[in-house]
Amino acid sequence: MLKKLKPGDALFQGIIYVLFGVFTLSCIYPFYYLFINTISSNDLSAAGDIKFYPQQIHFDNYSKVLRISGLSHAALVSVYRTLAGTFLTVGASAFLGYLFTKKEMWGRQIWYRSVVVTMYFSAGLIPWYITMHNLHLTNNYLAYILPTIITPFNIILVKTFVEAVPPSLEESAAMDGAGVLRSFWSIIVPLTTPILATITIFSAVNQWNSFIDTAFLMTDTKYYTLQFLLWRYLNESSSLAALIRSSPDMAASVQNMQTPTSVRMTVTMIVVLPILIVYPFFQRFFVKGIMIGAVKG
Amino acid sequence: MGVPSGELLRGVEPVRPSRWKLQNKYKLFLLALPFLAVTFVFYYLPVSGWIYAFYDFIPGIPLSDTPYVGLKWFRTLVANPTQTGEVLRVLKNTVAMSSLGLVTSVFPVIFAILLTEIRAGWYRKFVQTLTTIPNFISWILVYALAFSLFSVDNGVVNHFLVQLGIVNEEFNFLASSSHVWLTMIAWYWWKSLGWGAILYLAAIAGIDQELYEAAEVDGASRFRKIWHITVPGIIPTFFVLLLLSIGNFVNNGMEQYFAFQNAMNKDAIEVLDLYVYNIAFANNFPFATAVSMLKSVVSVILLFAANTLSKVVRDESII
Repeated sequence: MLKKLKPGDALFQGIIYVLFGVFTLSCIYPFYYLFINTISSNDLSAAGDIKFYPQQIHFDNYSKVLRISGLSHAALVSVYRTLAGTFLTVGASAFLGYLFTKKEMWGRQIWYRSVVVTMYFSAGLIPWYITMHNLHLTNNYLAYILPTIITPFNIILVKTFVEAVPPSLEESAAMDGAGVLRSFWSIIVPLTTPILATITIFSAVNQWNSFIDTAFLMTDTKYYTLQFLLWRYLNESSSLAALIRSSPDMAASVQNMQTPTSVRMTVTMIVVLPILIVYPFFQRFFVKGIMIGAVKG
Repeated sequence: MGVPSGELLRGVEPVRPSRWKLQNKYKLFLLALPFLAVTFVFYYLPVSGWIYAFYDFIPGIPLSDTPYVGLKWFRTLVANPTQTGEVLRVLKNTVAMSSLGLVTSVFPVIFAILLTEIRAGWYRKFVQTLTTIPNFISWILVYALAFSLFSVDNGVVNHFLVQLGIVNEEFNFLASSSHVWLTMIAWYWWKSLGWGAILYLAAIAGIDQELYEAAEVDGASRFRKIWHITVPGIIPTFFVLLLLSIGNFVNNGMEQYFAFQNAMNKDAIEVLDLYVYNIAFANNFPFATAVSMLKSVVSVILLFAANTLSKVVRDESII
């Protein structure tokens, strides 16, 4: 039950409701706009007639774009790096973050600081590229996975979280003969699930969204990711035209002729959909995780 | 098994055998070692590449066969007026966009405060959920969305503006250098405002509710409560984040600018990181290395300055 509002308060409430409404709409409408355009008649879409609701719904764009050679392979690369990269990053963040809570570790402060400071400090693009090249990580899947293992921000999150776990739990486990590994696996991991779920979604999204590493390190098309292909389609109209031509049974369908715009929009939608689908399920986890971290820290 | 001597002391004081500690001192380090090695390889080893800034390095030719040129590449920064002009232009863009970012870092604070003022819980949740979505989209995707909405041929925004008679002819938002700083900061906040507010929402949730009740009893207005209770409650969080971003003043990152750059807006959009990328792709490796070396040095100086400031102001160090 709400208290009765004074007129000034009611006006204030009204204004912030509208402000937030407009901003929320602006966050969502682009996705919606793209979606209704990809499932509407391409002619109407090209004329700019699709603004609020889809017309003459069809899914040709998706079925055709998905058949473009290279796209499904790029999707596999993206899925692969997301799964493998996330698994390793979460494991490493959890374990190293936990180890850094152990005051008795030799040189703990120095190691911890030397990891954290890398958030601010980088050798620069060329030295980094040359190092990756010397390590034979150009045109190599491992280049997607290995460098993300240590993500300082994640390690800070885990460390802060573990420090809030009552030390008596671990002490009693140690009395029962549990070593560091055992107490990490049986006590710390179950207790830190909220923060681990947070890190999981962060690193999965990061992996899915990465494209700059492909631009720098990969010249062989078999390492291209979805994001990278999207970027190329956005910038190179020639590659897009070639792509439409190479698409099978293109000439056969006179209706719903794919345009460069429709291909672009459809690829964008294919890249964004996994995030939009997964997001609602994980949203409560990471909000909770980051909130707990923030209140404690 | 005999009764351990510690058994007798149980309940008197917590038992923590010192032998366990000693053993663990190095064991813990050895467990961490592989991860520290990864950190070393991917963050510290590349620093050895700074050596390339002192050679006339050409990709493909081993360093031993390339002439050592000392500070030549650092001197070109100041010796050649065209080059100096370029660097100054890029510095201007970097400073402008970072400053805009710092000044507008109150946006998420305002967002969080106003959001908590909303009475309907479902609406609060609705806004909070949907406004965080853009944070999880890559800059390439943001650009793809921008491209669809703002392009000249069939972008919905231009259609509307023309139909409503606000502009006479379609405006090329994405290929103009006149408002790049503003459009870039606008896109930045579109992407990160909702997410950035979450930390402040957490901070507000941590404020003791009794303070508000007490203020209510004293007849404080809504705005007085915000000003005297909410704002002081979240200022520490704001300071930490502000100081952290000072350390990153010259690191704008490049994904956003990389995605949005084109021939038309290049002059205004090129920040240091993107500039390094662009000259590297023009195959001038040593010069690109020299520029990023200077950038890192400035970053570290700023970080330590911010850290010292934090120690003085808040008696707490951030690293």
